[in-house]
Amino acid sequence: MAESERKLSNGATRIDFATDPSRYRHWKLSVDGDVATLLMDVDEKGGLFEGYELKLNSYDLGVDIELADALERLRFEYPQVRVILLRSGKPRVFCAGANIRMLAGATHAHKVNFCKFTNETRNAIEDASASSGQHTICVVNGSCAGGGYELALAADHIILVDDGSSSVSLPELPLLAVLPGTGGLTRVTDKRKVRRDLADVFCTTEEGVKGRRAVEWRLVDEVVSNTKLDEAVAARAREFAGRSDRPKDAKGIALTPLERRIGPDSRDYKFLSVEIARADRTATITLRGPDAPPPASVEAMVAQGADFWPLELARELDDAILDLRLNELDVATIVFKSEGNPEAVLAYDAFLEANKGHWLAREIRHKWKRVLKRVDLTSRSLVTLVEPGSCFAGTLAELVLAADRSYMLIGQMNGDNRPPAALALAPANFGAYPMSNGLSRLASRFLAEPYAVEQLRGKIGTTIDAEEGEELGLVTFALDDVDWEDEIRVFLEERASFSPDGLTGMEANLRFGGPETMESKIFARLTAWQNWIFQRPNAIGEEGALRLYGTGRKPAFDTKRV
Amino acid sequence: MDIGNVDYTTKIPNNVGLADDRRVLKALEGWHPGYIDWWMDMGPEGFQDALVYLRTAVSVDPKGWAKFDYVRMPEYRWGILLAPQDENRKVPFGQHYGEKAWQEVPGEYRAMLRRLVVIQGDTEPASVEQQRHLGKTAPSLYDMRNLFQVNVEEGRHLWAMVYLLQKYFGRDGREEADELLRRRSGSADSPRMLGAFNEATPDWLSFFMFTFFTDRDGKMQLESLAQSGFDPLSRTCRFMLTEEAHHMFVGETGIGRTIQRTCEAMKAAGIEDPTDIARIRALGVIDLPTVQKKLNLHYSLSLDLFGSEVSTNAANAFNAGIKGRFQETKIEDDHRLTGSTYPVLKLVDGEIRRVDEPALTALNMRLRDDYTYDCAMGVERWNKVIEKTGVQFKLELPHVAFHRQIGEFKDVNATPKGVLLDDEAWAKHRDEYLPSKSDGDFIAELMQPEMEAGKFAGWIAPPKVGIDNKPGDFEYVKIAA
Ligand SMILES: [Fe+2]
Ligand SMILES: [Fe+2]
Repeated sequence: MAESERKLSNGATRIDFATDPSRYRHWKLSVDGDVATLLMDVDEKGGLFEGYELKLNSYDLGVDIELADALERLRFEYPQVRVILLRSGKPRVFCAGANIRMLAGATHAHKVNFCKFTNETRNAIEDASASSGQHTICVVNGSCAGGGYELALAADHIILVDDGSSSVSLPELPLLAVLPGTGGLTRVTDKRKVRRDLADVFCTTEEGVKGRRAVEWRLVDEVVSNTKLDEAVAARAREFAGRSDRPKDAKGIALTPLERRIGPDSRDYKFLSVEIARADRTATITLRGPDAPPPASVEAMVAQGADFWPLELARELDDAILDLRLNELDVATIVFKSEGNPEAVLAYDAFLEANKGHWLAREIRHKWKRVLKRVDLTSRSLVTLVEPGSCFAGTLAELVLAADRSYMLIGQMNGDNRPPAALALAPANFGAYPMSNGLSRLASRFLAEPYAVEQLRGKIGTTIDAEEGEELGLVTFALDDVDWEDEIRVFLEERASFSPDGLTGMEANLRFGGPETMESKIFARLTAWQNWIFQRPNAIGEEGALRLYGTGRKPAFDTKRV
Repeated sequence: MDIGNVDYTTKIPNNVGLADDRRVLKALEGWHPGYIDWWMDMGPEGFQDALVYLRTAVSVDPKGWAKFDYVRMPEYRWGILLAPQDENRKVPFGQHYGEKAWQEVPGEYRAMLRRLVVIQGDTEPASVEQQRHLGKTAPSLYDMRNLFQVNVEEGRHLWAMVYLLQKYFGRDGREEADELLRRRSGSADSPRMLGAFNEATPDWLSFFMFTFFTDRDGKMQLESLAQSGFDPLSRTCRFMLTEEAHHMFVGETGIGRTIQRTCEAMKAAGIEDPTDIARIRALGVIDLPTVQKKLNLHYSLSLDLFGSEVSTNAANAFNAGIKGRFQETKIEDDHRLTGSTYPVLKLVDGEIRRVDEPALTALNMRLRDDYTYDCAMGVERWNKVIEKTGVQFKLELPHVAFHRQIGEFKDVNATPKGVLLDDEAWAKHRDEYLPSKSDGDFIAELMQPEMEAGKFAGWIAPPKVGIDNKPGDFEYVKIAA
């Protein structure tokens, strides 16, 4: 049962990440001055798949897609918003976490992708605070369990109602024999710095902790009685708003719907196309450079809004990656290509660099940062082909650095008059787009030679050809046109022949060298521990806890400790 | 010591050997002042000094366990009373079926058990709080005494649950015991745990309905906890049930006497049409359609107390041997329910239908069905009262989908007949199904106290027999004492 495919609701054939507030079924976004409220009010009947009901504000991927969308809109459409209040629209329950019946019936791949996406969304909440001065206050009224508490943990400040019953809990282990999959354990120790033994008690107590003890154990920041709640929330909102540097009277831009054409084996956006070769198990993503020079001023950039090339492309890449992750599970390798003029790309980078103090330029950079992290965390082999006529410069050069391997063509192809392949670096490559380990992709690449990164600064703005690219270590191999096609074919065939699981593990290990951060730990532990536990009979076997949840029957565990 | 009799040598009367259990005795003595504070704050308002003719338990022998005497309520001897232990008792259901009943809490079920004890415990003081203003409008000293009897016994039920918490649940249990005194019915800051226990009990008709319907929910919950494999809980609940019977008696006879009086007044005035509300109300009695509306309200609120029809918690508690079914030991099946189903009323594509669900997860539904059956028998007894007077009217239980806040039907508007209405139609007809503001005003106006011994307010008939066989003019409450 656990591995049989579930049917999407309402006859849908693919999971779509595009939505907007007029279509939300689970969230209500309202804005009052510099305070926004995100009200979670999950529609029980609004599950993404058939076969379960989203009771008690429990969530599935569909609920999280709306949340992720709302968070993006808060950053782009509401530059004036400094504080987000995360609240429940249901009485006596904040959020019961990820829907257990959904999990119990989901394929393993869906569970993993679901957890990954929800983690990325929680990280986006923290990123808004750290990078953009948009702080989140979570108001917990009623029970806040599992994924519900993990959502609260992403906030800057947690207010728990002190009514004798509202509580926070991580009941996954005692209840389901799995772990909180959305960073719960790591945030408890690393973010909230809960003492480890108290964390042990907390994570094994199904009903969780309420009232003063929740504050004493650092699980929440304050407890407030119901009658004083509005006052306390307003005061905290003022306090956090005061710490924000978001602009006071800027007008946001509308994140208009992406123009997409979705074919059986292709996706076409304005600046990006995806071609899926099913027999080869590859998906080729081709990014296209700008078709016009950057606008003359930030005002003109704001006027272009969602059409502004860097923003449009970032949104398209985000959508395409998520689409491949969730809807194209058989794709083994994602091949990145690009088309355009590297100089034109660098001109946009220079524009963003020159205006990085402007709220929109800042948001766009952070958007690229998040999208590139999404690429890093995609469990497919990533290869970038730097070919004649491509434009892997500046921001787009990050896709060369993000790839597990990159190949660059020396000179031109026989009979092709496009200019030879060229790479170019921009200041943005040196810190604007850190990976989840906290380092730039360049710094992650040259862990043994930090000075090499400094030397590369000297190359900013210059054109780097294939041989130099290989010499500098920016690409894996420089090949001439005699070897090119065959080498690439052999690589892709070999890649498709390896164990997908083995590759996922190996790539994740190799991509994130160097230091750990809370973020990198969360993803690593999700992959290592949770995904292991999710596969074990103690969770999903006939007698496993996840499988039996809701039946009233007691799981039978294999008692051997591994 | 003799387990049947109550030890009154300790400050807290008991039949659990508290004198030899210093730790628990100390904990209970520590809790006692807080309880008395709570009682003075939240107990019956205005009558704490009155002498009330109350029964106090002196043994747990079902025959003759109580003695009657005048008591000031704050001096009532609240105690810890458990039904006698059966040394050979077995866990009567679930995966531990047939194993020896537990005398200590099994570690893996500690949290689940504590939660059940706390939820049950929370209802006991809640109803005292809800009823605290009613003494002032009592229709007779007899009724006032019944109210206070119910109140002190709900207080004792709180003690019963607190004893379990203090004895078996360590520090957490002691904290929960304190929390039981901290929450308040209807409070915005720390409400009682269950919805119906935060509703107002504004008048005596509500009180009678409450003791008929909500105390009957209590009975069903106690019946299923009395089956528990955790023996101390089972014994506690078994004794509580002997007290609960009186609470439901108060409700059933209270409503019975009310409708009796209404019908007699109608007959005397020559009114045949029970819906001729204005004329009937002019007689100073409560018209039957209004009684029906009150019934609709209290029945639907009480149904919510059973929780969701399909419930994992209920399944877990049964499988664990913690909470059984009504009359579990009398049911003939495997007592494990791993393979059987039970029909559950559900909302399917906008229609109310019966759907078979795994019996284990449908236990709330099953208990609720048993409850409905029990209620229906009481309603039939009321209808007999009406019938005898010759008035043409029948009270009936509304459909289970009517006016629900919890479970399968919480998002729809159903009429008492179970017809689904849209929001607009519901708003238009609501006052035909549930007490309206003007119904409430009328009843409130009627609630004039009658404090002379042997006399009764005009809207209610006297009882057939007195409490403890006392004569009709017995002074059940000495207010000026
Ligand atoms: Fe009770
Ligand atoms: Fe009772």
